[in-house]
Amino acid sequence: MKLLKTLQKYSFNTEHITLWAAVIVFAVFFTFGSLRYKNFFAVQTICNILMDNSHLLIVALGETLVLISGGIDLSVGALIAFNFTASAYMLTVMKLPLPLVVAVILLVGTLLGFLNGYLISYKGFQPFIATLATQFLARGGCYMISTGTIVISHPSVLKLSVFKLRLPGGYITFGVLVSLVMLILFYILTKKTKFGRNVYAIGGNEVSAKMLGIPVKRTRMYVYAVSGFTTSVASLVFAVYILSSYGLHAQSLHLDAVSAAVIGGTLTTGGVGSVIGTLFGVLTTGIIQTIITFQGTLTSGWSKITIAVLLLSFILLQRFIIWERKRNRKVKPVKMLQSENLIEKEGGA
Amino acid sequence: MDKKGNVLVEMKDICKQYPGVTALSNVSFTLREGEIHSLCGENGAGKSTLIKILTGYEHKDSGRIFLKGKEIAAETTLEAQRVGISTVYQEVNLCPNLSVAENIFIGRQPTDRFGQISWNRMRRGAVKAMARLNMELDVEAHLEEYSVAVQQMVAIARAVDMEASVLVLDEPTSSLDANEVANLFEVIRRLQRQGMGIIFISHFFEQVFQLSDTITVLRNGHKIGTYDIQEIDRRSLVEKMLGRELAAFTETAEEKQCKKEDKTSVYFRMEGVGKKGMIPPLDVTVEKGTIVGLAGLLGSGRTETARLLFGVDKADSGTFYLGTKKTRNASPQDAIRHGMAFCPENRKTEGLVLEMTVRDNIILALQGKKGMFHLISKRRQRELADEYINKLRIATPGSSQLVGNLSGGNQQKVLLARWLATNPDLFILDEPTRGIDVGAKAEILNLVLKLAKDGKSVMFISSEISEVIRCSDKVYIYKDRHIVGELEGEQVTEERILNCIAESAESSEGQKAGKEKIDGAKT
Amino acid sequence: MEQKHKIWKSFMRRPECLTLTALFGLLLFNLFFTKGFFTIQIRDGHFYGSLIDIIKRGAPLMITVMGLTMVIATGGTDISVGSIAAITGVFTASLIGGDFAFEAGAVSGSRVPLGMAIAAGLLAAAMIGLWNGFLVAKIGIPPLIATLMMQVAGRGIAELIASGKILTIYYKPFYYIGSGWLLGLPVSIFLVLALGMLVWLLLRKTAYGMYLTAIGLNKTASAFSGIKTGMVVWSAFVFSALMAGIAGIVTSSEIRAADPVNLGLYLELDAILACNLGGNSMKGGRCNLAGSIIGAVLVQTLTTTIYSKGVPSETILVYKALVVILVGLIQVTDWSLALKRRGCRSEAA
Repeated sequence: MKLLKTLQKYSFNTEHITLWAAVIVFAVFFTFGSLRYKNFFAVQTICNILMDNSHLLIVALGETLVLISGGIDLSVGALIAFNFTASAYMLTVMKLPLPLVVAVILLVGTLLGFLNGYLISYKGFQPFIATLATQFLARGGCYMISTGTIVISHPSVLKLSVFKLRLPGGYITFGVLVSLVMLILFYILTKKTKFGRNVYAIGGNEVSAKMLGIPVKRTRMYVYAVSGFTTSVASLVFAVYILSSYGLHAQSLHLDAVSAAVIGGTLTTGGVGSVIGTLFGVLTTGIIQTIITFQGTLTSGWSKITIAVLLLSFILLQRFIIWERKRNRKVKPVKMLQSENLIEKEGGA
Repeated sequence: MDKKGNVLVEMKDICKQYPGVTALSNVSFTLREGEIHSLCGENGAGKSTLIKILTGYEHKDSGRIFLKGKEIAAETTLEAQRVGISTVYQEVNLCPNLSVAENIFIGRQPTDRFGQISWNRMRRGAVKAMARLNMELDVEAHLEEYSVAVQQMVAIARAVDMEASVLVLDEPTSSLDANEVANLFEVIRRLQRQGMGIIFISHFFEQVFQLSDTITVLRNGHKIGTYDIQEIDRRSLVEKMLGRELAAFTETAEEKQCKKEDKTSVYFRMEGVGKKGMIPPLDVTVEKGTIVGLAGLLGSGRTETARLLFGVDKADSGTFYLGTKKTRNASPQDAIRHGMAFCPENRKTEGLVLEMTVRDNIILALQGKKGMFHLISKRRQRELADEYINKLRIATPGSSQLVGNLSGGNQQKVLLARWLATNPDLFILDEPTRGIDVGAKAEILNLVLKLAKDGKSVMFISSEISEVIRCSDKVYIYKDRHIVGELEGEQVTEERILNCIAESAESSEGQKAGKEKIDGAKT
Repeated sequence: MEQKHKIWKSFMRRPECLTLTALFGLLLFNLFFTKGFFTIQIRDGHFYGSLIDIIKRGAPLMITVMGLTMVIATGGTDISVGSIAAITGVFTASLIGGDFAFEAGAVSGSRVPLGMAIAAGLLAAAMIGLWNGFLVAKIGIPPLIATLMMQVAGRGIAELIASGKILTIYYKPFYYIGSGWLLGLPVSIFLVLALGMLVWLLLRKTAYGMYLTAIGLNKTASAFSGIKTGMVVWSAFVFSALMAGIAGIVTSSEIRAADPVNLGLYLELDAILACNLGGNSMKGGRCNLAGSIIGAVLVQTLTTTIYSKGVPSETILVYKALVVILVGLIQVTDWSLALKRRGCRSEAA
């Protein structure tokens, strides 16, 4: 009985409906793929999706937080490229020790995120302009470091890149572990910390949040800094995964990140979102990519269009739900207690 | 019954200047424990400024503030909350996307030993907090799922839970119906008994009289006086607020009688027009050359009717008739084609374009009517603007002044001018005199009467029943989004209207409130 | 004397003034530090020189901002202009055909009559504009998100049309638009002038410009005044797309090729920057066509100046990003001051 009630509660919230939709879409595509292709129906398929998209999951988490706060971060793809190139350069050309490189990159990404946050929060920039500027700053910076392909051959990195953790039915890599750790951290952040709840409050009603005493400007700046941090982590994971910068430059990763968040139930208007949903968003976009790969004949052009169409569908779904709820606005009932006893109690206390 | 205790808040000689305007001039204010103290005054009198300074939203220029004997200077709203001064605003300042429990505890969530938020404790705390206000609800549901009245209660529950010693209520009843107002007042009285000091700001006279122990009147930034509720009556209060006798109107009841006999055919009719989630199917008829008043409490469905009439909202059901002919009325363009004009309630956000000039604002609707390809020449624009500035006596240095810089009354005149320029047949005016000083109010009301004299029809919505009565030939009485009565001609009296509203109440509390209203009106 | 002083003062306050000053500053800089910047040579009856280059190369940008200004005036944004330019260029190029049939050293004809090919390309652009406008005006999707999707999907579509290749155009008459000459000056200059005139007529000689600004300042009030806000916003997106399409054709005509990946790349950044420089705040409410065009000239001059210093093309992104940030910082202070002054009046109520 309680389970049914919980289930009922979970199905009638906006974020949960789109989450269910994401799960359903995922299931549909998974079934479609399994029927159509050999070797599709396996745990390994899902593991592969996670492996190929661990960097996406990481930045999608950051993007989710930004979207919840009511903003948007268009610089994530470029920042990953920049961080990656910088790390590869430092490792391979400058031959700096690995721990130092990791520390520097984590710092750099976070600082660039702070730049975004500062411009948006304290200087009144619109989020898309600020992150657009950062995007081009990072892209340019990336090219300044190197226009060619850098290949990483650092022994520790190579070891990590072939690291496999055996699971029943398949295996996962280092990157997946990192992304899952980040997922857990973000879950705690969004559900259990004051900072996380403040972000939701700001996204819900900024003026109210301010009046309730939430440090809006500071929180918003930190949100973008966190997003920047995720790009650092993602770039390091990507470095381990692919070991070279090939294919990194012409990225539409920012759209992928936003898509993953939206599919998972995050509203573009802010205030609503969940990291579990984002996980499913990544899985859903990932499975479509997998199908495209299995198909073999479709080019990158198609995958761009597909992601955009998928995002569009979910946005339309969100809009429809919001419209529907506005029309049938039912107000929840409230019970008034018998006043007399309580007054006496209060009076006596 | 002297419930008042020690002095809680003392504001001494507060001054506040804005560029070009003196908002407060040596205003002093005292609040005691267990006192319900109302702040009264017209718009621009300084009440909001005084409260903003107390609650840390604004900074005073000079003066001192004491809380329980200790001097305070709240720099931010958070600081004010911390020292125990909480405010509940008209637009509830909570986050609709968060749960009730979270809203109560935001910024001070209970944590476990790892520093993580304990949701269980939050839920329990929220249930307790709401119970202190006599309410039981699902605290884990999102705030937006509840009505505005309940949301306000949540805001109060938060304040109480934060152990506020001072509660400021800024226009809390604007969106509430009679039942909800009664509930709110009961809660306020309970808090009073517990020793809280309450500052109540409202433009609803009756409510101020029902609730307060003390009333402080401000006018033009000065304190006129502080009065015990037993010492003052309604009329004296109004006079103190205005500083002069109530202005007389140019029309009397007899003149209106004559007009009634000249009543002609139907100009526009709404039959069974309604919209899901807004109002159920209603019938409203506007005759040519008459003023139709819509009376009722705030939120009773009058603005919704106006919006359906003007095509702002598309009706789900019913038919529109222009005269006797059926017609489509699904957009403002349709309505304008039918000869309608609309001055919305929120003139600043929905009516005027504040960053545009007076001239541009005046010709906007006319330009919209003429269409994109018939641009009104600059010369003609200036001519029109000057014509209406003179006709309506709009106080502005010129037609190139930004509308946002004008006073409320003049802004409303600009809005009226805009529609006069399109020469419509039906004016829909939603709260045209709200937030305007009495001088301008009278001007606008006279204008409304003149429109009818000139053969135009008017739909007049006002929460000041006296205004509705003075102007209207016919009144529709609204309650809870239904039309509960229709009065014409000499039947239009305050008592009948209030009776109608009161008698159609379902619950006893609503009746009680309505009855008190009538008793009050008789005084 | 008093009157003259007043006129001068009101002129100085106009936002274009700042931009013009910056432009003159840049030109002055070039006068001293760049050899031969102001030299104009005549060869074969044609004018050549850096100044001519600026206007020729800047033509696509100038054309794009004409449309984008309209969208920005309503408070929206269109970041898909680059992709739309790409689609149009590629579509037209594919219709003209890259067939390499030699006849006296050049291709004899195009697959589809030139006029039709160009018309088809522009029609495609207009349809994309219709789609963008539909999402924004009818569905209510925020302009940023709607055009973000098109930005990415558009690249995909362009890649598909071009089958992933760079399409070379061998049909000579097509070159006229972007690289032809008229009265000794590049044809594109005349195109810019002609389009500029048309758009100016539309904005100032009809009520369209007024509608755009009114909607940007207060959409509800505009709707209540009988303006068809949905139609106006929708049409703004169509114009923006159309202009972007024309820009795409001019560019591909100039470089005699259509590259689905690089055509119009970063055009949106330049265009938004140019509009901002022209005094059109991203919040909407200003429709300053002249300002935008001057801004475009400034951006182009900046690009040319930097190139002439030998900076590689990718690094230019960094400089542009810095300019965006700088302009944003200056703009924001202006707006907040103006609002503060006005805000006080309503506070006193």
